[in-house]
Amino acid sequence: MRKSSIYFIYLAVNLALVFLLSVHALIAVKDAAYGLGLKAEMVKKLELTDLCLFTEARYTRHLSQSDFNTPFQDHPISFEHFPSGSIVEPPPHLRMKKDTL
Amino acid sequence: MKWLEKQRYIIDFTLSSLLRRKTKNIALTLVYTLVVFVLASVMFFAEAIKKEASIILRDSPEIIVQRLAAGRQELVPMGYIEGIKKIRGVQSVRGRLWGYYFEPLAGSNFTLMVQEGGAEKGKIVVGKGILRSMRASEGDILSLKSYKGDWVVLRIMGALSSDSELVSSDLILISEEDFRSVFDISKGYVTDLTLQVRNPRELPNIAQKIKDLYPDTRPIVRDDILRTYNSIFNWRSGILLVIMAAAGLAFIIFAWDKASGLSAEEKKEIGILKAIGWETSDVILMKFWEGTVISLSSFLAGIILAYFHVFFTSSTLFGPVLKGWSVLYPNFRLTPFIDEAQVTTLFFLTVLPYTVATIVPSWRAASVDPDSVMR
Amino acid sequence: MIELSAIRKVFNSGRPNEFTAVDGVTLSIDSRKITVLKGPSGSGKTTLLGIIGCMARPTSGRIQLTGPLTQAVTFSVKGAAAEVTSLPERFLTEIRRRAFGFIFQQFNLIKGITVLENVMLPAYPMGEDFKLLRERASRILSDLNLSGKVFSKVEWLSGGEAQRVGIARALINDPAVIIADEPTAHLDTKLSGEFMGIVERLKNEGKTVIIASHDPIVFDAPIIDRIVEMRDGRLSGGPQQQ
Repeated sequence: MRKSSIYFIYLAVNLALVFLLSVHALIAVKDAAYGLGLKAEMVKKLELTDLCLFTEARYTRHLSQSDFNTPFQDHPISFEHFPSGSIVEPPPHLRMKKDTL
Repeated sequence: MKWLEKQRYIIDFTLSSLLRRKTKNIALTLVYTLVVFVLASVMFFAEAIKKEASIILRDSPEIIVQRLAAGRQELVPMGYIEGIKKIRGVQSVRGRLWGYYFEPLAGSNFTLMVQEGGAEKGKIVVGKGILRSMRASEGDILSLKSYKGDWVVLRIMGALSSDSELVSSDLILISEEDFRSVFDISKGYVTDLTLQVRNPRELPNIAQKIKDLYPDTRPIVRDDILRTYNSIFNWRSGILLVIMAAAGLAFIIFAWDKASGLSAEEKKEIGILKAIGWETSDVILMKFWEGTVISLSSFLAGIILAYFHVFFTSSTLFGPVLKGWSVLYPNFRLTPFIDEAQVTTLFFLTVLPYTVATIVPSWRAASVDPDSVMR
Repeated sequence: MIELSAIRKVFNSGRPNEFTAVDGVTLSIDSRKITVLKGPSGSGKTTLLGIIGCMARPTSGRIQLTGPLTQAVTFSVKGAAAEVTSLPERFLTEIRRRAFGFIFQQFNLIKGITVLENVMLPAYPMGEDFKLLRERASRILSDLNLSGKVFSKVEWLSGGEAQRVGIARALINDPAVIIADEPTAHLDTKLSGEFMGIVERLKNEGKTVIIASHDPIVFDAPIIDRIVEMRDGRLSGGPQQQ
């Protein structure tokens, strides 16, 4: 078989996969509505404020609730014990210069 | 059709040409694919989590009032509730009771929470992560050591759904009486306050008024919560910056190999092509395909693998980084929220520069006179 | 007929290393005949061949095509005139592709790819049907006794085989004119003789052949129609008829 034919087949297969995955994404997003609704409802009912993603420390568990002091309160020099701290920045409302907060 | 046939011929030649250095080019393609894979995986994961967070947290409390003492979060006296209720625009105020309990057996923190009108004394409902950490099941007893020194005995009446793990995995829903027993908190205090307001546009004003009324408090509004999750996995933070830098470096190395000019042998070959009848544009076209064959193949393979990685295997390869030192980690399957613009940007960032780096240095060689090979 | 009028080719004009390779050559080359340019190296033969084959433009002078050659050269290139030197780049390239086939002294085959690919290569940019092209290439190779080597990589060929692949490549677009630059330089006596045999066949097929050579096997061959002597970029000793 011609080399270019092999290449075109490879491209075609990949593009077909990309197309199929796009369709999968569309369907999956639709199907996810139920689960997302469940979680949103729980957030409302229990008055939750954060995703349960990083359970290592207080300020990683409740990202939105941390204040200026929180990341430093354990040890002034060692800012980051946990890998999560290097994935997640302090929330925007802490980084903006607001005199009220 | 002639145009298509011509492209096929040029690709035939390009592939033959690349196959002459089989090992080098296969290795290059694999590494290229790997880099795209990592970048795309991070991109897919970050976008999906952010989108999910924005949907899930949209009904989080409108205002939360914390109290600080000497830089640490302190309990809020119940009296504050009365004062805040009087602020114009506030519809209702409620004291929240929640806190962290460290369980030595599991080696992790649990979040204890009192649900309004919720559990009875002695009974708890827990998140799935708790069951896993404690190797417990519904009906089991879970005893918590209180701050007074005695044990509070609780029975697990049920588990929060697996679907909700992303928000509930480490939760223990407990009665108010048991909560106060465990943490030895008197009835005069709550953890923090949640407010409902009549007009959401008044939120900043009301927040300010609360601050004025009780200067030791710190109000957090719903927007702050939502924006927190919009900015996680930001490119500028820590590990992601390192990943980006490494990827950028990798691409620079790939492009350098091409951009550092043609070898004498390559120049001679182009001379031959010109001599046997190829035009400058034909040579440039060949160089275009030389770059594109590798970069396009790698890009497509990379994003397809990344999609499978993030949405079918729940980012197993990122596990160690994401879980970090967490002992308790939620089981969840991300919903594939894809931002096409990001994919397109990734395409232009990964495919274009390499192709350009292949074409540009060849321009001069491609323009030689056809008879140069005879001189 | 290919008519050359006062062809001059100067390299590096205006600079200290200015060099006149061809210095006023006026020459008529008959179609369907074998013409040999004879002369020592440095005489300008190679440069002149390149100019005749539309690979390079002369610094001054004109090339004109007359007689049956006009048809053969310009038939597929709409609007191309018989005067070649003043044609725009696009037309010149088209003529070069379709009308002239070049055989090089150094063979100049592309390493690392097969004989068949090498032979088909000149036709790639024109995008003709693959099966037809491949068939034509195979046929030409078999005419030159190379059928067994069709899928060999060119590095594995002997000198004679490589030369014949070069010839096959020059023939792929069925050109009217074959131009060969010192074709026997890397061949032994036997292979040189075989080469001249192939040239005879080409002449019998109606092709015009122009060879530059200082090899007696070439210019003493009985099938040669005409010898043109060159020295220092000019014709010397007047055109001799054989």
